[in-house]
Amino acid sequence: MPGPFIVGYDGSPAATRALEFAVTQAAAAGLGIVLVHVLEWSPYSFLSREELEERHMRRKEELARAEVAVLAPAMDRMKDRGVAITPVIRYGHSAEILSDCARDEAASQIIVGRDGAGGLSARIFGSTAATLVQIAPVPCTIVP
Amino acid sequence: MPHPLRTAALAAASLALTAGAGRAQGLDASINAGFENATGWYVNLIFANLPGTEVPWIVGWLVIAALVFSLYFGFVQFRWVGHAVRLVRGDYSDPNDAGEVSHFQALATALSGTVGLGNIAGVAVAIGIGGPGATFWMVLAGLLGMATKFTECTLGVKYRNEYPDGRVSGGPMYYLTKGFEERGLRGGTALAVGFSIFTLLGAVGGGNMFQVNQAHQQIAGVVGDYPGWITGVIFASLVGVVIIGGLKSIARVTEKVVPFMGIFYVTAALVIILANIDQVGAAFGQIIEGAFTGLGVAGGMVGALIQGFRRAAFSNEAGIGSAAIAHSAVRTKEPITEGFVALLEPFIDTVVICTMTALVIIISGQLVTDPETGLFLIEDGQIVTQTGAEGVALTSDAFATAFPWFPVLLAVAVVLFAFSTMLSWSYYGLKAWTFLLGEGQGKELVFKAIFCLFVVIGAAASLDPVIAFSDAALFSMAIFNVIGLYFLMPVVKRELARYAEKLRRGEIRKYG
Repeated sequence: MPGPFIVGYDGSPAATRALEFAVTQAAAAGLGIVLVHVLEWSPYSFLSREELEERHMRRKEELARAEVAVLAPAMDRMKDRGVAITPVIRYGHSAEILSDCARDEAASQIIVGRDGAGGLSARIFGSTAATLVQIAPVPCTIVP
Repeated sequence: MPHPLRTAALAAASLALTAGAGRAQGLDASINAGFENATGWYVNLIFANLPGTEVPWIVGWLVIAALVFSLYFGFVQFRWVGHAVRLVRGDYSDPNDAGEVSHFQALATALSGTVGLGNIAGVAVAIGIGGPGATFWMVLAGLLGMATKFTECTLGVKYRNEYPDGRVSGGPMYYLTKGFEERGLRGGTALAVGFSIFTLLGAVGGGNMFQVNQAHQQIAGVVGDYPGWITGVIFASLVGVVIIGGLKSIARVTEKVVPFMGIFYVTAALVIILANIDQVGAAFGQIIEGAFTGLGVAGGMVGALIQGFRRAAFSNEAGIGSAAIAHSAVRTKEPITEGFVALLEPFIDTVVICTMTALVIIISGQLVTDPETGLFLIEDGQIVTQTGAEGVALTSDAFATAFPWFPVLLAVAVVLFAFSTMLSWSYYGLKAWTFLLGEGQGKELVFKAIFCLFVVIGAAASLDPVIAFSDAALFSMAIFNVIGLYFLMPVVKRELARYAEKLRRGEIRKYG
């Protein structure tokens, strides 16, 4: 049996479209979904002394907020669609974390949305979707 | 506040009033005189020579401590340095702990507090008085100091306080109290109180007055001479806006620009050294020869040694206890891992960056020698320099021989370093203050106001009394901290043995 779908989700309209698409596909194929919310984080960023002192506290707050404000509403919306959804919150770089999750879960594919902006910032910093295309260990679906 | 400082503040304030507001230079002179009178006796006490020698007892205290820790832990600074680098790289970090403070972050923040004026101005002071040979002793002190830092930072993490809301707070005052209690020893609280009192002095001395004083000299060097108290008032306002007004954005910007300034400084030094690679051999020759003969500097070999040791301790703060405060927030199950990471700090700060500054000063030929004897020309105990500069201005002139635009950039760097170091020390000082008096907004505000007042005094006083007082205050912290370290070092030894055993049995998992 093929592995679950990994869906990158941040609560944005694009991510909501991706989740909608993924749930429809997963229901048809009888597969589960791992709903991944990534909090952007680098262990090499520079923190001030107060930030160091409060980091553990802030992390707890950020995790709680992500759970309540981002993942819980999405889970709630999708609860009657007959698809088993596992929520996951991770710290790191979005594309890398999604790839790691795909590997860990032996996923059959990764599904993400794109915001279609493609502006200057995406050109400079790269978008999650574009990076995923380069590094993902499994097939990727980019939902417009 | 301890007595001498309050006297200094009052003396300065009253003298300032009588001097008349119109006479700006007179105001500086008054603050300066009042400051020197109020702190002289204390400086003399701390830097009193060991009987029958010319070695200040406090310098011997730190070097012997570093030597004891190096021997006791079997030169941990050399045997574990590879492991330290792997820890910083994150090879042993659990991915599930992502989002917590990493080893790299704790090290970077601690380094940003120590890399700064000590590396730029301190080295110039050491070489200006002690000659190139001071560099040798500085490097030696840095290498030994790695073991001290390893000891204090391991304890800082092991005995830190973790509050219910998730904040983490550590440092000597906590390991002195909790560590002593755990081992059934008495006197821990007394040591912690002593440490905290001198941390307050160190915060207003080396962490404040010395910084703003050097920043003023830099700015004056670029825009022309003007009264120091003006710089003082500007800096005091900026520091006040951040620490009293809570305007975090300024702090955040400064603290994030500073690491880049550090990298830029090191790159510039490297470029100069590489461009003059043919002279590096001769420079090292001067460093080694000067270390044992002094090449004519005041006090000869001992003079070079004392200057080297003094500036090393001032620059990397090993044994002072401040680093243990900065390192204690890291997320790790093994406190000793942060000790390993911390031992890199004196290496980067003193052995690498200070040596680079020293090489640039020596290569640039700023120090004037007598062509007949080959010895340095001495005036008032200082080596004569090409431009008559001392302190940070000497470093600035040395870099300017290669890059004429460098003084402006260095001035910006020094001002930023100074500002960020002041913010760091306002944090250390506040931690000591709240340890002594308890937390509370009113109490914290009093400390912050005093801290800002001393910014003005520090900017107006001249270099020598400020350096003397800064050193004295910082070294005083080491008296209490190092006594504590001696009593608690068996704890670190047990941790080290346990960790080595776990590593050998493969129980410490490697992720990277």
